[in-house]
Amino acid sequence: MATAQSKQASVTLPREERSGMTDEQMLAKVRGLRFYHGDRCIFDGIDLDIQRGRITAIMGPSGTGKTTLLKLISGQLHADAGTVEVDGQSIQELSRDALYQLRIRMGMLFQSGALLTDLNVFENVAFPIREHAKLPESVLRKLVLIKLEAVGLRGAAALMPSQLSGGMARRVALARAIALDPMMIMYDEPFTGQDPISMGVLVSLIRQLNDASEMTSIIVSHDVTETTSIADYLYIIANGKIMAEGTPQEVAANESDWVRQFMQGEPDGPVHYHYPAQTLEQDLLQSVCH
Amino acid sequence: MARIRLSEILVGVFMALGFVALFFLAMRVSNLSTAATGEGYNLTAKFDNIGSLRVRAPVTMAGVRLGRVEAIDFDQETFQALVTLRIEDRYDQIPTDTFANIFTAGLLGEQYIGLDPGGSPEVLGDGDRIEFTQSALVLEQMIGQFLLSKAEEGGE
Amino acid sequence: MLDSLARLGRVGLAILASLGRAHLLLVGILRGLPSMLVRPRLLLAQIYGVGVLSLLIIVVSGLFVGMVLGLQGYYVLSQFGAAESLGVMVAASLVRELGPVVTALLFAGRAGSALTAEIGLMKATEQLSGLEMMAVDPVKRVLTPRFFAGLISMPLLAALFSAIGVIGGWFVGVGLLGIDDGAFWGQMQNKIDFDEDLVNGVIKSLVFGLVVTWIALYEGYDATPTSAGVSRATTRTVVQSALAILGLDFILTALMFGG
Repeated sequence: MATAQSKQASVTLPREERSGMTDEQMLAKVRGLRFYHGDRCIFDGIDLDIQRGRITAIMGPSGTGKTTLLKLISGQLHADAGTVEVDGQSIQELSRDALYQLRIRMGMLFQSGALLTDLNVFENVAFPIREHAKLPESVLRKLVLIKLEAVGLRGAAALMPSQLSGGMARRVALARAIALDPMMIMYDEPFTGQDPISMGVLVSLIRQLNDASEMTSIIVSHDVTETTSIADYLYIIANGKIMAEGTPQEVAANESDWVRQFMQGEPDGPVHYHYPAQTLEQDLLQSVCH
Repeated sequence: MARIRLSEILVGVFMALGFVALFFLAMRVSNLSTAATGEGYNLTAKFDNIGSLRVRAPVTMAGVRLGRVEAIDFDQETFQALVTLRIEDRYDQIPTDTFANIFTAGLLGEQYIGLDPGGSPEVLGDGDRIEFTQSALVLEQMIGQFLLSKAEEGGE
Repeated sequence: MLDSLARLGRVGLAILASLGRAHLLLVGILRGLPSMLVRPRLLLAQIYGVGVLSLLIIVVSGLFVGMVLGLQGYYVLSQFGAAESLGVMVAASLVRELGPVVTALLFAGRAGSALTAEIGLMKATEQLSGLEMMAVDPVKRVLTPRFFAGLISMPLLAALFSAIGVIGGWFVGVGLLGIDDGAFWGQMQNKIDFDEDLVNGVIKSLVFGLVVTWIALYEGYDATPTSAGVSRATTRTVVQSALAILGLDFILTALMFGG
């Protein structure tokens, strides 16, 4: 009992620390973020802190703009209000060149992998290195093979992206994302559409990469089990607001019905199974009247 | 690597073919080979009427092309057309009393300048003027004269 | 009434906005020229895709258009007893009009649609965003080499089309219908002017190359990143290119030969 208590205490500790957390410990800081897609409000004032060297997961139902959030953090989209700071630099105020300089130190794993289809696996991983570092061919070759070895695909170096399975393509994309040893890597739905084996491979890869190279990771996902198993800190977003935050245990212990429904995957609850509509009787009667 | 090399070669072949085609069009199809500009010397001639003579029209003697019309101006004092002819350098034995006519190739064809050589031992040089000229035959004038003469015949 | 006016206004504004985006894109593409010149291999690969792969259709079409011109021209000209002018007719129609115009239409169908589909799919599969996240400007890296490849390939393809067409006309006229070989070439050389006909033809093909490649790249880059969006963009490329080519051809012809 006593051990359980102390565990509970140690778990809640980072939360207390957070208020007094210095900017040094934070890699990215989002404050009061608002974003509209046309008239639709995607984010309505969101605060996020991404700690260095940790895996932060942002979760939420599909269509809550999680990918949009990554695009806002990486400066591909511009917020309508609020600030996004990465490594002490305000993303919105950066010039194009400075933004590109910053992006060299950020990696991003796209949902589809986004491999360049006209280059083979080796050239895809070599691409960012060739673009940003002038290395002799022999050094480049070694570097690329090391990165491919890290994701277990050194043997697939000569294959074209079209010859890869979905899981392999995502691992190649991961190798490419870490090619320049970024300080931060963003994963966009890394577990969707994967079979259990490649899912397991990806989960352990993300953890290993984060721990081995002191990288900061942001995972955007709606796969509760996999994400909670590796994340250090969770944010749950819905309807443009943060519904819950904390360590996985804290979030699991959250009392709110909504959070419980999401975490347990219950079909009905605060989020209704039915898309808002008039009653079924009215709809059916109408179709008769027509 | 082999694939990159092959595509490089094919691009080279493509560019070469394209330039050969351009060269072919320039030298074989267009008049670039015959219109050797730059080389040659200028002669001038004044005509009362040049009809529809155009710049670049051929200048021939005995049916052989010696050069082309370089420029056409208007002389405000004599109210004549001042035509500059560019003759190729190798034809440098044109007598000073040569006669310049404006002919028409075929009934409705393009107009050109035909030179009739005179008998003078002296030859024309750069910038000289051909004194004897014959204006273009204008179809309307010819028809007019023809009708007039017919009318006179009828009157007699 | 007011509704239809408002709809007209909306359409007009949308067209203007689209034109604006297209011009901004062109500026971005041209800005990429210095970085492309540093790495000519990128351009080379695109000339292969745009130019070399269009070669077959251009050569075959050129040959047949030239041969048809030879047959039809002979039929018309022989009625006036001017069959010897066949060479002039074939060459003038090819060098001035058919060479640039037909090549541009084929180019839009072959290379333009392929460019739009490629760029559109790269957008749909997040490859363009991927490049941007790797701090590589997709406009400079992907669009600029394709643009200049189109600009370089088009005049060369048009010249090939005309040259092959003249040879096709020569084959029919001299080889099959028995026109005098000397008359065929001689009259052609007398009448086809280097500055007036050939240079203007090359200028036309350059303009068409620019417009077709520009439309193709813009439509691909601006496509809705879905299957339906890319297919719509590809159709738009072909239709808009064809209209632009024919419209511009009229304007250019009026400017060049009308005055």
